[in-house]
Amino acid sequence: MLSEILSHFNYIVVIFLMMTGLYVVFAADNLIKKLVGLSVFQTSVFLLYITMGKVSGGKPPIIEKSYDSHGDGYGEAAGKAAEVLYSNPLPHVLILTAIVVGVATLAVGLALVVRIREVYGTIEEEEIDRINYGFNIDGVDEAASGDGS
Amino acid sequence: MSGFLTGWLSVEAPVLIVVLPLIIGAICAVMPKDKIAWLLAFITTLICSALAFDLVMQTRGEQVLSYALGGWDPPFGIEYRIDGLNAPVLLLISVIGVICTLYALSSTEAEIEPKKRAPFYAAFLIGFAGLLGMVTTGDAFNVFVFLEISSIATYVLVAMGASRDRRALNSAFNYLILGSIGATFFVIGVGFLYMETGTLNMVDMADKLAVMGDVSRVSQVAFAFIVVGLGLKLAMFSLHLWLPGAYAYSPTAITAFLAATATKAALYLLFRFVFTVFDPSLEFIGATLTWLLAVLGVIGMFVASFQAIFQSDARRVLAFSSVAQVGYMLLGVGMGTALGLSAGYVHLINHGIIKGALFLALGAFWYRYGIVRVSDFKGLGKIMPWTMSAFTIAALALIGVPGTAGFVSKFQLLTAAADNGWWWAVGAIVVTSILAVIYMGRMLEAAWLQPAPEVNGKPVQKREAPLPMLVGLWTLAIAAIVFGIVPSWPVELANGAAQVMLGGGL
Repeated sequence: MLSEILSHFNYIVVIFLMMTGLYVVFAADNLIKKLVGLSVFQTSVFLLYITMGKVSGGKPPIIEKSYDSHGDGYGEAAGKAAEVLYSNPLPHVLILTAIVVGVATLAVGLALVVRIREVYGTIEEEEIDRINYGFNIDGVDEAASGDGS
Repeated sequence: MSGFLTGWLSVEAPVLIVVLPLIIGAICAVMPKDKIAWLLAFITTLICSALAFDLVMQTRGEQVLSYALGGWDPPFGIEYRIDGLNAPVLLLISVIGVICTLYALSSTEAEIEPKKRAPFYAAFLIGFAGLLGMVTTGDAFNVFVFLEISSIATYVLVAMGASRDRRALNSAFNYLILGSIGATFFVIGVGFLYMETGTLNMVDMADKLAVMGDVSRVSQVAFAFIVVGLGLKLAMFSLHLWLPGAYAYSPTAITAFLAATATKAALYLLFRFVFTVFDPSLEFIGATLTWLLAVLGVIGMFVASFQAIFQSDARRVLAFSSVAQVGYMLLGVGMGTALGLSAGYVHLINHGIIKGALFLALGAFWYRYGIVRVSDFKGLGKIMPWTMSAFTIAALALIGVPGTAGFVSKFQLLTAAADNGWWWAVGAIVVTSILAVIYMGRMLEAAWLQPAPEVNGKPVQKREAPLPMLVGLWTLAIAAIVFGIVPSWPVELANGAAQVMLGGGL
C-alpha cells in the first residue's frame, strides 16, 4: 500500500493540486482568487505532463559530448547517445507551450479584472451580479454605454 | 478532384490558410489608421476563403491532403491534414469571416473607440487564424494551442463590447474562466492519450488505439476529459453558461462571428476525436454517444428553447436558441449512424449561416435605432424593410420552414431519428421546433404586424442599415434559401464528412 502511494506520489500531488485549483475557481467570490485557482489548476497539468516524461533512471535529454576526444566529437557523441537512457523530452517542450498559453490567459484575465474594477468599483462577483441584476430590472439597458468607456 | 488554384498556392494552401491571418493579424495591430487595418483584414479573409474553397474542391471524392510542417514527416512532425470532414468547416469559417469583416466596417464606428479599432481587427484575425488552425491541424497538442489562441483572442474581442455595455467585461471574464477550464480539460485528455499511445499525431493515435481496443482504462479517462473539455467549448447543455453573456454583450460583428463559427469549430473537434481518433464501435463510446450526447442534446433543446421564450433581450433569445440548436447537432452525433452524423453535420453548416444572418440583422437594428429588446421590434418591418426581410428569412430557416436550409437539416435529422427507431427524438425535434416558432414568432409578429412607434406624432423615419451590413446579411439570407431549395451541395459535403467519420480511420 505504502509503496503504491510512494510510486504514484507525483500523480497524487497532481490530483490534489487539480482539485484545489478547480475548487477555488468555483468557490471563490473574488475574481483575483478565481484567477489564482485557475493558475493552480493549469499548473497541475504541467506537472502531469512532466511526470509522464520521466523515464526511471533516465538522464536529462542532453546529448553528451565526450570530453576525452580531440576535435568536436559529435559523431562519437551520437553513437554514445544511443546507449544512454534519456528521459522523454517531448512533454517538456509541450509544457513550455502550455506555460506560455497559461501566462497569456492570466494576463488577459488580470487586465479584465482591472477594467471590471474601474467600471463596477468592485471585484467581488456577488456585488457585480447584484449590480447587473438591478440594471436588468430597471430596464435601462443602454445606460451603461456612458460609464463603460 | 483538383482545386482551381494553381501551383504552389494549391500545395501550400493547408498551411497558408492558418499562417496568413496570423501574420497579418500581428501587422494589423501596429497599423496607424484603422481603415488600413480593416482593408488588410478584409483582403486576408478573402484570400482565406479562396484557399478554403480550393481545399474543399481538392478533398472531394475522399481525397486527403497531408502537409508536413517544416518538412518533418508525420507522425514525428506536426501534420496538417485536410479531408472531407474539415474542409467544409474551413470554408464556413472563412466565408463568415469575410462577411463579418465587411460588416465590421460600419459596426465598429458605433461600437469601438477609434484608437482601439486597429487592435480590434488584429484580435479578430488572430482569433480567425486560431479557429482555422484548430480545424486544419492533425496533431492533438497543436489543437490545444490553436484552441487557446482563438479563445484568448475571443476573450479580448468580447470584452471590447464594454464601450457599448459594461456587462461585456463580466461576460468576458466568465468566458475566460470556463473557456480555460475547458481547454485545460482537453489538454489533460490529450496528455493521457499521449501516455497511452506515445504519439500526438491523430492518425497514428487512432492506429494505436485501435490495437488496444476496449481494454485501455487510460484511454477511457482521456475520452472523458476530452468530451467534457470540448463540451464546454461547444456549449453543450449544462456547460453552456458562458454563452448567453458572451453572445449578448460582445460587439455585434463578433457576436455573429462567434455564433456562426466558434462553437462549430469545437463541434468539429468533437466529431474528429469521437469518430476518427477513437473507435465509435467500442462499448464505452457508444454508451457516451447514446446516454450522454444525445440525452443532453435533447434536454438542451427543451430547456434552452423555454429559456429563449422568456428572455426580453433579443440577443439573449438568439443565444439560448443557439444552445438549443447545438442540441440538434449533438442528437445527430449521438445517433452514431451515417444518416444521423450527416444530419448533424448539415445542421452545423446551415445553423452557422442562419445564426450568422440573425445576429448580423440584430446588430443592424442596434446600429440604427439602439434596439435590443424584443418589445422594441414594433414596426421594424416598415422602418427597415430590407434588413427585417433578411432577418425574417433567417428566422423562418431557424424554425425549419420548408424551402429553407433549416428545413433540410431538420428533416434529415427527423429521418435519421425515425430510421434509428428513436421516436422520442422525433417528438422532441417537432416540439422544440414549435417552441422556436414561439420565440422567433414573437419578434416577427412585433416587426410586421404592429405599427411603428411615433415620435412627435409622426412615424419614425425609415432608415436602412448601411450597405456593407446589408451585403453580408443578404448573402447569408440568400444562402439560407438556396441551400433550402437546392440542398445537394451541402448534403453532398455532409455525406462526405460522414463517410470520413465512419470510414474506419482518417
